Amino acid sequence: MNDAVGSPQTALVLGGTSEIALAAMDLLVARRCERVVLACRDSGPTAVTAAQRLRSAGATQVDIVTFDASDLTTHRPAVAKAFELLGDVDLVLLAFGVLGSQAEFDADPIAAAAAVNVNYTASVSCGLEVANRFRHQGHGTLVVISSVAGERARADNYVYGSSKAGLDVFSQGLGDALVGDGARVMVVRPGFVHTRMTAGLKAAPFSTTPDEVGARIVRGLETGADIVWAPSVLRWVFLVMRHLPRLIWRRISAR
Amino acid sequence: MSLEPVARAVLSGWGRVPRSAADVRHPATMGEFERSLNTIGPRGAIARGLGRSYGDAAQNAGGTVVDTTAVARVEIDDRSGLVTASAGTSLDELLRILVPRGRFVPVTPGTRYVTVGGAIAADIHGKNHHRVGSWCQAVRSIRLLIPSGEILTVTPESDPALFWATAGGMGLTGVIIDATFNCPPIETSLLSVDTLRTNDLDGVMAAMVEADHLYDYSVAWIDLMSTGGSMGRSVLTRGRFAQLDELDAAQRLRPLAFDPKVRVGAPPWVPAGLLNPLSVRAFNELWFRKAPAERTAELQSIGAFFHPLDMVRGWNRIYGKRGFLQWQFVVPDDADDTLRSIVGQLSSAGCTSFLAVLKRFGPGNDGPLSFPAAGWTLALDIPAGIAGLGPLLDRLDVEVAGAGGRIYLAKDSRLAPHMVPEMYPRLDEWRRTRDQVDPSRTLTSDLARRLKLIDA
Ligand SMILES: Cc1cc2nc3c(=O)[nH]c(=O)nc-3n(C[C@H](O)[C@H](O)[C@H](O)COP(=O)(O)OP(=O)(O)OC[C@H]3O[C@@H](n4cnc5c(N)ncnc54)[C@H](O)[C@@H]3O)c2cc1C
Ligand SMILES: NC(=O)c1ccc[n+]([C@@H]2O[C@H](COP(=O)([O-])OP(=O)(O)OC[C@H]3O[C@@H](n4cnc5c(N)ncnc54)[C@H](OP(=O)(O)O)[C@@H]3O)[C@@H](O)[C@H]2O)c1
Repeated sequence: MNDAVGSPQTALVLGGTSEIALAAMDLLVARRCERVVLACRDSGPTAVTAAQRLRSAGATQVDIVTFDASDLTTHRPAVAKAFELLGDVDLVLLAFGVLGSQAEFDADPIAAAAAVNVNYTASVSCGLEVANRFRHQGHGTLVVISSVAGERARADNYVYGSSKAGLDVFSQGLGDALVGDGARVMVVRPGFVHTRMTAGLKAAPFSTTPDEVGARIVRGLETGADIVWAPSVLRWVFLVMRHLPRLIWRRISAR
Repeated sequence: MSLEPVARAVLSGWGRVPRSAADVRHPATMGEFERSLNTIGPRGAIARGLGRSYGDAAQNAGGTVVDTTAVARVEIDDRSGLVTASAGTSLDELLRILVPRGRFVPVTPGTRYVTVGGAIAADIHGKNHHRVGSWCQAVRSIRLLIPSGEILTVTPESDPALFWATAGGMGLTGVIIDATFNCPPIETSLLSVDTLRTNDLDGVMAAMVEADHLYDYSVAWIDLMSTGGSMGRSVLTRGRFAQLDELDAAQRLRPLAFDPKVRVGAPPWVPAGLLNPLSVRAFNELWFRKAPAERTAELQSIGAFFHPLDMVRGWNRIYGKRGFLQWQFVVPDDADDTLRSIVGQLSSAGCTSFLAVLKRFGPGNDGPLSFPAAGWTLALDIPAGIAGLGPLLDRLDVEVAGAGGRIYLAKDSRLAPHMVPEMYPRLDEWRRTRDQVDPSRTLTSDLARRLKLIDA
């Protein structure tokens, strides 16, 4: 069960090798989260290292289940297996995602659609699957990692941005839909985070680290927030950005 | 047989967090109530009274919750003072019947809006604990519905193990249908109250050790927002029911009057941040200044003396949507250093808390999960969203357990499960008794799941 200060006792991470997700789980495991399931593409060395990391942070049980976001048929069995292993699942962290590059997408539209399938379509399928389980158990918190990229379109990453915009709206709607079911959804909107996803890219202003985003997620669970920005200043930055005239936005967003 | 109405509802305790959804049954007749554990699904069932426990004791995510409050039945034997009341009867209803007939409830918590079932399941204590112990010590018999559908009549003599497992058993031994308990006589409905203001924690503790035994009722309110030399400054109020000859002529016309009023309601919506360290500090300052340095034999009504918070309906909403929690512990008499250390840490953490309540308990009883035990108990409300509150209270829990103390389950919404057997060393004995009446483990609650009460 989640307690009054927002600490879960069991968690499922969809995208179990995500650096951001693992940083958040380190902190939650240090509190009450004893048992974790990591849903990963495979149970290879990266997944095994991730599981080991959470065990050394204090988790008593960490299991790996496999799924592939781009293969819709794997979603239900993975979620079902996690609920079977954990019993009640207090927290689900939806963290999988791909950034890709706009240049690659321009050259290969099918690759662009595949990325959208991971970031958006797969999240819809997994999110609804989790929601049904939450309805049944009468409680649960779904944390969805969206992105500030979904806040306003940018010429150099609008495929990724639009997939996150879709994910963001889906997650907010799901949160509203779950109000009478005892469950809730928290949307996390990080800015530029230094992880392997962004390795080699020029850091954007207000760039941050997985640990800082992890701490913001834990703080959001403490305060019962619906939306979390990481770092928190981005909330105000994007309040302004969203309303800039398009011409000006186009100039400052071109990097 | 038609089943009583069932509706999916999101429930929380008085602290408004954590929340979960359950199918709530509302038995409206004694017959329906007595069948309320029929056809329970895999996520089990738990009884719920008026939801005044602070945390998740009276909720059962995804399962069944039996609302006991629609069935009201009270019988009084005026000669013996024995009262039999259905479990959903509130102390408010009881007092409205009993006080005009010259009787009082054996124990009252800080609110009248708790049920007889909740009073037994939490084995509640009041300002008179040092004199009479807790609620279940006044209980003569309980009718307990267990998952097999049987209704057992349980008395401390017929089945002491089950009786005491039910006392403080947080609803996990069955649904209490009704109970018979002893209600003491009173000559008037006014209390003769002595008030003493002390400038620090040591002052109030010394006063309690010295003279609590001279009073029937005693409790102190501590200001946790003051630090340094005035850390733990307190207002101690103690009293007893007044005798007829202590009343003036006008009061003597209606010596047993009881008509408490609910004066105001808290607004349904409160801006976030209304309660901040500044506003709370100012409130506490005012409240401390308002109390007389010392005053004796002031006559106060039952409502003013026992239930001042009931005058504001729904005051729990002032903490906003994020809600709050109450942390209450007891440590043995000789652990007064632990009490001082904890008050010091809470004061310097700047926990935005209105007043904390300090009381010195008398000896505990036979209930393995009953909370009271001889020593110091401190209770305080804290907004749930404070950064790092969980780890802070975890550290304090360790100090409490280390001193041989424990946390009150009826208030809890965040304790670490591994602390429970340390704080309640007879947990396994309680589990064995419980399993005998519920071998299929139908009875459960969010509290039971979170704290692993039923199986380790
Ligand atoms: C302002 C305030 C002041 C308080 N002061 C005190 C105090 O001074 N001393 C003290 O001891 N407590 C105090 N409390 C706590 C309160 O007395 C207990 O939590 C009490 O159990 C609440 O009763 P309820 O009817 O609201 O029960 P609920 O909160 O609905 O339920 C509490 C527990 O009782 C069980 N239960 C309820 N009915 C039944 C039944 N028929 N059969 C089996 N189990 C049942 C539930 O399953 C649950 O585990 C206070 C609470 C508030 C809000
Ligand atoms: N880094 C940033 O700047 C930033 C900013 C805003 C939002 N985000 C979002 O934060 C989330 C986590 O990213 P991160 O920064 O932690 O990067 P990361 O470490 O690369 O994590 C991405 C995760 O997604 C998984 N994944 C990708 N495709 C998958 C598929 N088809 N099936 C299953 N899993 C798949 C990856 O698994 P593998 O290990 O198998 O590849 C990895 O676990 C993502 O949703 C990302 O969009 C990141």
